[in-house]
Amino acid sequence: MTSISTKLLNESGLHARPAHLFVTTAQKYQSTIHVIKDDKKVDGKSILAILTLGASKNADIVIEAQGDDEKEAVTELGALIESNFGE
Amino acid sequence: MVRGIGISPGIIFGKAKTMIKNQVNLEKKNIEDRNEEIDRLVHAIASSKQQINEIAIKTRATIGESEAKIFEAHELILEDATLIDGIKDKINEEMVNAEYAVSVVAKQFMDIFDSMDDAYMKEKSADIKDVSDRIIRNLLGIEAWHLADNEDKVIIVAEDLTPSDTALLDKNKVLGFVTAVGGKTSHTAILARILEIPAISGIQGIMEKLHDGDDLILDGQEGIVIVNPSPDDIHDYQEKKKVYDNQLLLYKKYLNKPSITKDGKEVEIFANIGLPDDTDKVIANGAEGIGLFRTEFLFMNRKNLPTEQEQYEAYKDVATRLKGKPVVIRTLDIGGDKEVDYLHLQAELNPFLGYRAIRLCLDRKEIFMTQLRALLRASAYGNIKIMFPMISSVHELREAKQMLQEAKKALENEGILYNDTIELGMMIEVPSAAMMSDLLAKEVDFFSIGTNDLIQYMVAVDRGNEKIAHLYHEFNPGVLRMIKMVIDNAHEANIWVGMCGEAAANPYMLPLLLAMGLDEFSVCPSAVLELRYIMSKLSVDDIKSKLDTILMMAEEHAIEKYMEEYYDKHIN
Repeated sequence: MTSISTKLLNESGLHARPAHLFVTTAQKYQSTIHVIKDDKKVDGKSILAILTLGASKNADIVIEAQGDDEKEAVTELGALIESNFGE
Repeated sequence: MVRGIGISPGIIFGKAKTMIKNQVNLEKKNIEDRNEEIDRLVHAIASSKQQINEIAIKTRATIGESEAKIFEAHELILEDATLIDGIKDKINEEMVNAEYAVSVVAKQFMDIFDSMDDAYMKEKSADIKDVSDRIIRNLLGIEAWHLADNEDKVIIVAEDLTPSDTALLDKNKVLGFVTAVGGKTSHTAILARILEIPAISGIQGIMEKLHDGDDLILDGQEGIVIVNPSPDDIHDYQEKKKVYDNQLLLYKKYLNKPSITKDGKEVEIFANIGLPDDTDKVIANGAEGIGLFRTEFLFMNRKNLPTEQEQYEAYKDVATRLKGKPVVIRTLDIGGDKEVDYLHLQAELNPFLGYRAIRLCLDRKEIFMTQLRALLRASAYGNIKIMFPMISSVHELREAKQMLQEAKKALENEGILYNDTIELGMMIEVPSAAMMSDLLAKEVDFFSIGTNDLIQYMVAVDRGNEKIAHLYHEFNPGVLRMIKMVIDNAHEANIWVGMCGEAAANPYMLPLLLAMGLDEFSVCPSAVLELRYIMSKLSVDDIKSKLDTILMMAEEHAIEKYMEEYYDKHIN
């Protein structure tokens, strides 16, 4: 399993467009992907689940992936968050 | 009188028809065969998917592309792993019937979104309700509701109308609707406005206040319902309705008229479109042409690039339907905030200053060449003009023109017909292009000023950023002076210049643009007739004599106020 801890610095957190971007990126990978915030862990490929995290700006989250392409998945998703989703 | 929120304007008189949805039976039952129950669920989801897909197709055809997206989002909810797995787990673990499992799991999500107190999240909750109710009805084999054949010209009274209910309303039978649930920005409200069905929502206890067969007056502008009105009420509202309807009728009178000012100056009012289907609205509103065909919509919401043949057919379709009227087609403007998954564009820190539009096309030449070939092939069937977006240097323009030449040569070698004298233009939406519009004007046949981006780049304001949104202002004197400069430079070089941004449809901006000599206005189809009407009331010479004074004003708000007063004085 590969994981990364990161902070959401974009204005709208994991809302609307960023959440959509995150999920469509996650869906490209075979690995199972989870997003963890506080004590809640949800499926990183489900937009509804991601939205229920209510992860807004400055939230600390962890991305976890398990599978053949776990490293690539975590790297790309981490980079997406670092880039502030292009906001 | 009952008050609510007016979500779609218009005044109508009619009889109430209360609609109670065939209430779904949410009894919790214990089941014996898990697999059979999951099978039922899978079938109901498949039927729901098919129904929603049909609604999306119908909406795209009758209402519009962006409204159809509401239902594409609904299809995604039906595919959402967490939602569907949650329902399956519930059935498996608790041995309960599928409809009960759907209602419980959907409710959990709705509660979370409802508690978030954010318009976007509330809309998600409404979407989940629309979708989950549909699954449950499919499980039970019941219909939502429909009007009987003999029920026409009614005002629907219901606790709630979902977006999918609204998209399917038959305008011939339904005069308007009144509901308890929903706000101005809800999907239901957006659909009602586009369908031009007057509507009011936000009436608490609606089913107690309004009854089947009540005579109603509905004022969608004010959000007022008069129940069993007195003769005085009827008289008052008939007067109000006259004023409102006259306005609409007044605009309709300009349907087959030329766009001409009071003192005889002729201009062109074109319309903007996104998809070939929008052409119907262009024709219905009597536009003199299409000033902007945004081709990026042909590239969005799909899994791969559209082929040359697909594009050719779309362009040819529009050009043929316009019967020789001009159709300005903008080459691909993707990137920025418009996403296309299969292009695998990297997220950028500043997408609006990044890899987009002509920049992307000159880098991924195969995409651009395919589009240029399709455009040229279609040019044999109508009055197509090609326009390049986001040009910021002469070099870029020349490179794009070079590719157009190559495309022409290739078609010639293949013996394929195209219009050799096809007009070529470019958008003026980057300040550098505006500043050197004298140089660029020597290279093209026309300009179109794209105010949405031009203003954003000129005043350096990201419109998505609420803290600084007030700085984004089309009456900013810097913006106005630049627009004037572009028009002057174009005319100096004997080319025509249009405008295809939001500013072109602003009634207060119209006199200014006329005074500056803008040749063509391209606006959304529904604004064409209003603009033509306003134009007919204005004298170019009069406003021209005030132009210098206006361009010396230092504050955008002063200019806007001046123009509002000018408008009121001449139009009403």
